[in-house]
Amino acid sequence: MASDTTQPHPHPHPAPEPDPFSPFAYAPAPESRAIVDIAPSYGHFIDGEFREASDGRVFKTIAPASEEVLSEVAQASTEDVDAAVRAARKAFTGWAALPGSERAKYLFRIARIIQERSRELAVLETLDNGKPIRETRDADLPLVAAHFFYYAGWADKLPYAGYGADPRPLGVAGQVIPWNFPLMMLAWKIAPALATGNTVVLKPAETTPLSALFFADICRQAGLPKGVVNIITGDGSSGAALVEHEGVDKVAFTGSTAVGKMIARTVAGTRKKLTLELGGKGANIVFDDAPVDQAVEGIVNGIYFNQGQVCCAGSRLLVQESVQEEVLDALKRRLTTLRVGDPLDKNTDVGAINSAAQLARITELTEAGEAEGAERWSPSCELPTAGYWFAPTVFTNVTQAHRIAREEIFGPVLSVLSFRTPDEAVAKANNTPYGLSAGIWTEKGSRILQVAQQLRAGVVWSNTFNKFDPTSPFGGYQESGFGREGGRHGLEAYLDV
Amino acid sequence: MSDSAARLSVMKTYKLYVGGKFPRSESGRVYEVTGSKEKWLANAPLASRKDARDAVVAARKAFGGWSGATAYNRGQILYRIAEMLEGRRDQFAAEVAASEGLSRSKSAAQVDAAVDRWVWYAGWSDKVAQIAGGANPVAGPFFNLSSPEPTGVVAVLAPQESSFLGLVSVLAPVIVMGNTAVLVASEDRPLPALSLAEVLATSDLPGGVVNVLSGRTAEIAAPLAAHQDVNAIDLAGAGEALAKELEIAAADNLKRTLRPSSAPDWAADPGTGRLMPFLETKTVWHPMGM
Repeated sequence: MASDTTQPHPHPHPAPEPDPFSPFAYAPAPESRAIVDIAPSYGHFIDGEFREASDGRVFKTIAPASEEVLSEVAQASTEDVDAAVRAARKAFTGWAALPGSERAKYLFRIARIIQERSRELAVLETLDNGKPIRETRDADLPLVAAHFFYYAGWADKLPYAGYGADPRPLGVAGQVIPWNFPLMMLAWKIAPALATGNTVVLKPAETTPLSALFFADICRQAGLPKGVVNIITGDGSSGAALVEHEGVDKVAFTGSTAVGKMIARTVAGTRKKLTLELGGKGANIVFDDAPVDQAVEGIVNGIYFNQGQVCCAGSRLLVQESVQEEVLDALKRRLTTLRVGDPLDKNTDVGAINSAAQLARITELTEAGEAEGAERWSPSCELPTAGYWFAPTVFTNVTQAHRIAREEIFGPVLSVLSFRTPDEAVAKANNTPYGLSAGIWTEKGSRILQVAQQLRAGVVWSNTFNKFDPTSPFGGYQESGFGREGGRHGLEAYLDV
Repeated sequence: MSDSAARLSVMKTYKLYVGGKFPRSESGRVYEVTGSKEKWLANAPLASRKDARDAVVAARKAFGGWSGATAYNRGQILYRIAEMLEGRRDQFAAEVAASEGLSRSKSAAQVDAAVDRWVWYAGWSDKVAQIAGGANPVAGPFFNLSSPEPTGVVAVLAPQESSFLGLVSVLAPVIVMGNTAVLVASEDRPLPALSLAEVLATSDLPGGVVNVLSGRTAEIAAPLAAHQDVNAIDLAGAGEALAKELEIAAADNLKRTLRPSSAPDWAADPGTGRLMPFLETKTVWHPMGM
């Protein structure tokens, strides 16, 4: 939150304006962008080389915090997709035949180069995505390097993974990733695929193509054989062409549930193996014995981390009635101290929304929330004039029937519901077609174990939230998708088992 | 023989098995089941879409109790199914012989293998969690544990050819870890499946954990594949064209889908390949600290 806010906020019940002399008044502390050299244009990375789109079509990628054009990238046609798949196919035989120990060393190299270039990549990611540098620097990039380091070690130990004595790779993996954690999602897709001996064609999201293209350069620096990793850029039509391509043996997708269902229909009746990591409407359950300050930090981390653009966000707060008032007061107090603004500022907590389209989606759903009778609150908050911004928002008086309680908003918007008994909390938490994440806040260990067992979600955080680790399997129940990424489990998606 | 020839045998009315009860099809329909030489064997219920939906309701109702039972308890119940079958080997051998046109010795071998398959899967109930789950060494002060859990209600299209060994081979792995099942019997050879229901009903298996339907596979499978309260579907008994159609329908709520294999060998070591597709991995993070 900017400390010198003077504009009154239009939303009802504004919090007291922050005191400019408070301990939360910070001077600007921008991270330098001089460390990144973004070229004016990029082609696809196919068979070890950058090449222009076959039909010459390009599109611009912009910084969502300023709407500044960062670069121009190629729009993949079906011809480009075909070239990339053929390059991956050609590279597959040699890559799969390499001893696992050699594949491992390539992945270790990649992990090391990512560590070396992590500041550059963090700044790049913040520019292209709009998320705070604090997150790219402290969360995204360390996890990206760790993911490659983890799967590197599996490449020569596959017979011990529990998938048979000699598990085989599938072939060419077609991978389509979202814009919320661009490089991290790339790592989650490419690291296990390469460790198991597959080759890949990866398409980053339309609005965040740059870090994947920089990763192509890392592959070059690591001396990775040509065609093992191919990066094509484009919109949804390029992704659809990749998924449909007959030369693809494996499809991995992270993104919306609606697109996930389309992909599942597309691969029906084929040999293609499919894993999907889709949307969520995670419940963050606060019991009356929870440590309130810790819980509030967890609620904030659960829904305002990465501007709430997180599939496993704790977007539904379920708070026990007896402590509802206390928790909401503490939460609102905490929200007045969040700093929204320049993502490159090291003090920023909440950055820009990734795109105009996403902002429109958040706006539409929050308007529906008000129209359906929920009560809206945001801290007093001055938003930048250029770029795509949305103030941290809390809805109270939400019922389970409201759209904001059922649909994934994918923005910094929390829907608050209450409950009286643990059974009611579990029933409400599970009342969703999704099943990706959930949180439990209580001091009682036996309650944690019981509730965690009853929640139908792939990841449950007790007295913490939004923690990730390469060794820890991640993925959803029900319409949040199938298959797991991370850990030993993550190998299965890329093996013939 | 001369004594028994004088006595008219009592024929069995084959019925569906839904929610622990043996109803006829709500549609009132039956169809003729014939043996290998077109010999009439029985009139089996021709289950309707409504029967399929009722079976899903029964399976959902049974899910909480069955998935919440201890692994030891589920293992004992599956073993009990083997015990009950063992005592009725002759009956099943005769039904399999009539259904599949096998010699008595070959059909007896199929039944023996099916009994042994229940025993094999019974033993898995309290072991899968240790081979498919475990603690993850995350880089931070957390105890991080992954455990397999049943996915929910599973529609199972039993193999068309292998009316009993194939049937048991697809059903047992689905239920052993706590899923509940709606089983669609082999269309032309449904009698062993319908008789298996009598064994299940007397093995302490709670009603609704397995529901058995007979009829036209395509007719019953379509509403199951499209059903929003079915979590997974095993397409073992679907041909290529039907399997594709059902997989497309199943995408609507992202059911876990096990595609049919082209030449299944039901006598082979089953491995864990039919267990794992119907399990979810849940990972729980617990902070450590004083």
